[in-house]
Amino acid sequence: MTALRTEPAAGVPAATTSTLDLAGVSRWYGNVVAVNDVTMRLGPGVTGLLGPNGAGKTTLLHMMAGFLAPSRGSVTLDGEPTWRNPGVYRRLGLVSEREAVHTFLSAYEFVLASAKLHRLPDPEAATRRAIELVEMESAQDRKIGTYSKGMRQRTRVAAALVHDPQVLLLDEPFNGMDPRQRLHMMALLHRLGDTGRTILFSSHILEEVEQVSGTVQVMVAGRLAASGDYRTIRRLMTNRPHVFAVRSTDDRALAVALMAETSVSGVELGRTGLTVKAGDYGAFTRALPRIALRHGIRVRQLLPEDESLESVFSYLVEA
Amino acid sequence: MSTVTWITARGLFGRSRFLMLLPLPLILVGLAVLCRALGVDPGQWGPPVLVGLGLAVVLPVVALIVGTGVLGAEIDDGTVVHILTKPLPRWQIVLPKLAVAAGVSAVTVGVPIYVAGVLADSVRLGLALVAASAAGALAYSALFLALSLVTRRPVLLGLVYVLIWEGLLGRFVTGTRVLSIQQWVIALADRMAPTPLLGTTVSVPVAAVLTGLVAVGFTVLAIDRLRSFSVAGETS
Repeated sequence: MTALRTEPAAGVPAATTSTLDLAGVSRWYGNVVAVNDVTMRLGPGVTGLLGPNGAGKTTLLHMMAGFLAPSRGSVTLDGEPTWRNPGVYRRLGLVSEREAVHTFLSAYEFVLASAKLHRLPDPEAATRRAIELVEMESAQDRKIGTYSKGMRQRTRVAAALVHDPQVLLLDEPFNGMDPRQRLHMMALLHRLGDTGRTILFSSHILEEVEQVSGTVQVMVAGRLAASGDYRTIRRLMTNRPHVFAVRSTDDRALAVALMAETSVSGVELGRTGLTVKAGDYGAFTRALPRIALRHGIRVRQLLPEDESLESVFSYLVEA
Repeated sequence: MSTVTWITARGLFGRSRFLMLLPLPLILVGLAVLCRALGVDPGQWGPPVLVGLGLAVVLPVVALIVGTGVLGAEIDDGTVVHILTKPLPRWQIVLPKLAVAAGVSAVTVGVPIYVAGVLADSVRLGLALVAASAAGALAYSALFLALSLVTRRPVLLGLVYVLIWEGLLGRFVTGTRVLSIQQWVIALADRMAPTPLLGTTVSVPVAAVLTGLVAVGFTVLAIDRLRSFSVAGETS
């Protein structure tokens, strides 16, 4: 609900926060179930919507944005339904995946048209601010038809941000951007999230999600497979042994000692150290210093090896 | 001018399909000028040029291109999302688009049909044809605009209505003329400038009422369909 105001970050004013709620949302097309009984709550900050192609990410985003009616369940923004309710667009911005822009307009005209359609009190100022935010000032008077894919994408983001929405939904926002533009967009999303806006972006590129957000909603085959910080999600996967890279002053002795520890399910002695598989993350990380101390071994390195988003994602998809 | 009107007009004139509007009016004027210059009896060339070409082909085809273009083209290329993600009541989107469609069609058809009407008979007939065509442009535009929200093939369905219903059935099955915008336009023009060049079995009150009903009814339908506009189901 709208209550909290957060501290502003550079270039982006603070926002009143909004919450997007999905309750038991399903969407089917004939016999095909695209989204199956998804319940989630999105609050301030940046969240990545992750899933393989065909997982239902776009369908879910369209329902959030009021462009698709749920077959079952409800999608609400601060308690108001998003479907058949244009009023929600005062607080919500959407950057869809499809590269759809009026190519006969310049970026300035395009964003200004958005500002006027939002009936903003000073549309010219809002337009300048939005264009500045995406760093498109130098090309703002050229026709959009002459832009690269990344420039078009940034123009669309500017148009979606012109009314300073509390919630911004982006479908595959990094598509077609070069590395510098990606970094800039990632920084922008971070800033928006830090100022209390609810940002949800979908992607099937794990590195993108990992760099922008620790919080993920993982869709697999239309279902919400996991939700939250991906490192926490990993630790909750108790059926998957955790893999650690360990280096010490005496790897062989440590390997022998670790095999006696109940939380350890396997140890591999390599040239650069040990690879330890542990069934219980907490029990192992507590036991290791105790064992090392008892045997007079100094641990030089302890690295969780499968806590990357990629590992978590592959475990979820395989499950 | 509202922003929706401005974007719609820019989009319409900026697309190549707008060029498709030009040949038919030029042919209409060219034929009328040619017949007049050759001294052909207006009773001979008037009905086929004014009705057969002007009201039966140029008016519906121009209205079809424009009417399906003002919203249908934006739906096809996805740019409609930019207007729909604004906190505007949907009638504030449909009415400006309808005004642009009807206005552009009325002007595109009105100029050549006026010239042809004057050459065939009188200024009065020219003005009557302009006024009746404008009413017809409004009804056609409402119909075709609503079609672009009801079906993914509005041009095909529009052509079926114009060619099969009005063109073929209207010629051989007289009962179908009651539901023909073309016949309503003829009836209205004939009432404003009675002439043997125009003839229809549809009465003027029926034509006037049905023109209004179609214009209002399909506009209301378009507004309602736009409220429930769904983005095509991509599941990527």
